[in-house]
Amino acid sequence: MIAFWIVGAIVVASAVWTVTARKPVYSVVGLLINFAALAALYLSLSAEFLAVIQIIVYSGAILILFLFVIALLSSGVAPFAQGPNRLPRIVVPAVAIVAVALVGLVAGINGAAILTPSVSPSGSPLGPVGSAGVFGSVADFGKALFTTHLLPFEVTALILMVAVIGVVMLAGDQTPYVGSSKQAARVERQAREAILRGGDR
Amino acid sequence: MQAALGTLNALPVWLLILIKSAVLLLVVVTSFAYAMLAERKILGWMQLRPGPNRVGPWGLMQPAADAAKLILKEDLTPKTADPLIYKLAPFISLLTAFSVYAVIPWGASPSGTWAIGNVNAGILFLLAITSIGVYGISLGGWASGSKYPLLGSVRSTAQMISYELAMSLSFVGVLILSGTTSLAGIVSAQATWWFFIPQCVGFLVYVVTAVAETNRAPFDLVEAETELVAGFHTEYSGLRFGLFFIAEYVNMLTVSCIATLLFLGGWNAPFGLTMIPGVLWFVAKVGAFMFFYMWLRATLPRLRYDRLMAFGWKVLLPVATLNLIVTAVVVALRG
Repeated sequence: MIAFWIVGAIVVASAVWTVTARKPVYSVVGLLINFAALAALYLSLSAEFLAVIQIIVYSGAILILFLFVIALLSSGVAPFAQGPNRLPRIVVPAVAIVAVALVGLVAGINGAAILTPSVSPSGSPLGPVGSAGVFGSVADFGKALFTTHLLPFEVTALILMVAVIGVVMLAGDQTPYVGSSKQAARVERQAREAILRGGDR
Repeated sequence: MQAALGTLNALPVWLLILIKSAVLLLVVVTSFAYAMLAERKILGWMQLRPGPNRVGPWGLMQPAADAAKLILKEDLTPKTADPLIYKLAPFISLLTAFSVYAVIPWGASPSGTWAIGNVNAGILFLLAITSIGVYGISLGGWASGSKYPLLGSVRSTAQMISYELAMSLSFVGVLILSGTTSLAGIVSAQATWWFFIPQCVGFLVYVVTAVAETNRAPFDLVEAETELVAGFHTEYSGLRFGLFFIAEYVNMLTVSCIATLLFLGGWNAPFGLTMIPGVLWFVAKVGAFMFFYMWLRATLPRLRYDRLMAFGWKVLLPVATLNLIVTAVVVALRG
């Protein structure tokens, strides 16, 4: 329980830092800490597989691409230096209202226990983590993913594939589209001649 | 011996883990120091020169001298650098390099596995931690605030992401054969056949990606001195440079350990030579892999960057995928 509150505080603090940091790279570091703490939370809920996947996918793959883009776009320069650097004034009442609403919602669902988060519906979450039959183990997760939830899994894969193809179409090769190999040869010859003439085409 | 083990097991868990971690840290740091010396010696011999031989007998005190030099050197921070991230980056590198050893098992005895934590999803944990390792390099390069480090870090990020994919795929073949994600389980599944025989393609892919993942020659585009001065750690000096340096060698050690665990049978003895303890076999296999690394560095010239990326995406990834599919089909057909 103590671990929960410590990790929870880290999650919230790093999230706030992510949003308020003045340099985009600091935001990335904040998000990195956030993901790591979130993985720790998953671990404490004995969702071992989810924790590891959280690190591999979010910290290891997605966030590093953020960093990649940010480092390339703004090497050392804060891009928002001139812009308004203040949240709109309405944010304070808005946050308060949302917080109250959330607490009310949780209280409504959960009966009373807001300050004592329910860790697991059935007894102790601490078991031999990861062995089959224990909640959150790799074996059970895999079985559920590939049997009960096979269709959603495949549909998600398809959607991701569509997204990838879309990105390739949007940002991919900039060479002009040509219908035939003959035409392609002509385009290439023209390009070569342009280079030989010394001008960039 | 048994009595000593008994008293060890009677200790509280956290104290036991602390002791294990301290011992392991000592072992890893020492092996880093002598791996570095070994590399310089071996490179020297391969290039027909003696290598370091001034400090101590046969140059054996060289690592201590190097450490003293690095500690005493001035720790510079460039004016254009981002101080916080600049100082944080070497620690991220070192932290991730060392934390992998929390799950690596070194040997087995009847009472259990020699590891700090016997995690069931051990191999996934390994992947997760190594995927964090790239942050040290890319943040360090960015925060230096000069162009060569930035170029080096961008290269390293692209390279590590590309090769990590093929590396993970080469793991999956092993996972399918052994049917478990626990590292100790994978080793015990290799009691008869080491996986580099049925998974020879996977093993080849792994060896190539492992060299690329640790940014070592011939894939050391990240610190290509002919183009980028020293790549991502150009601006680092003194102990902070030392931390990056330690992280690089510890990572080499890590991928050698993974190769041993996944493909070379871990602590299983070859040819029935079981009178030699398993730990020694493990160390010998890791050492052989490390030697292979150094041999590569002495032999092969550096790749061109575009060829490196093309090789990763157009050769390694399809080969690894094909290997995975073939393995899955064979295992499914054999029931």
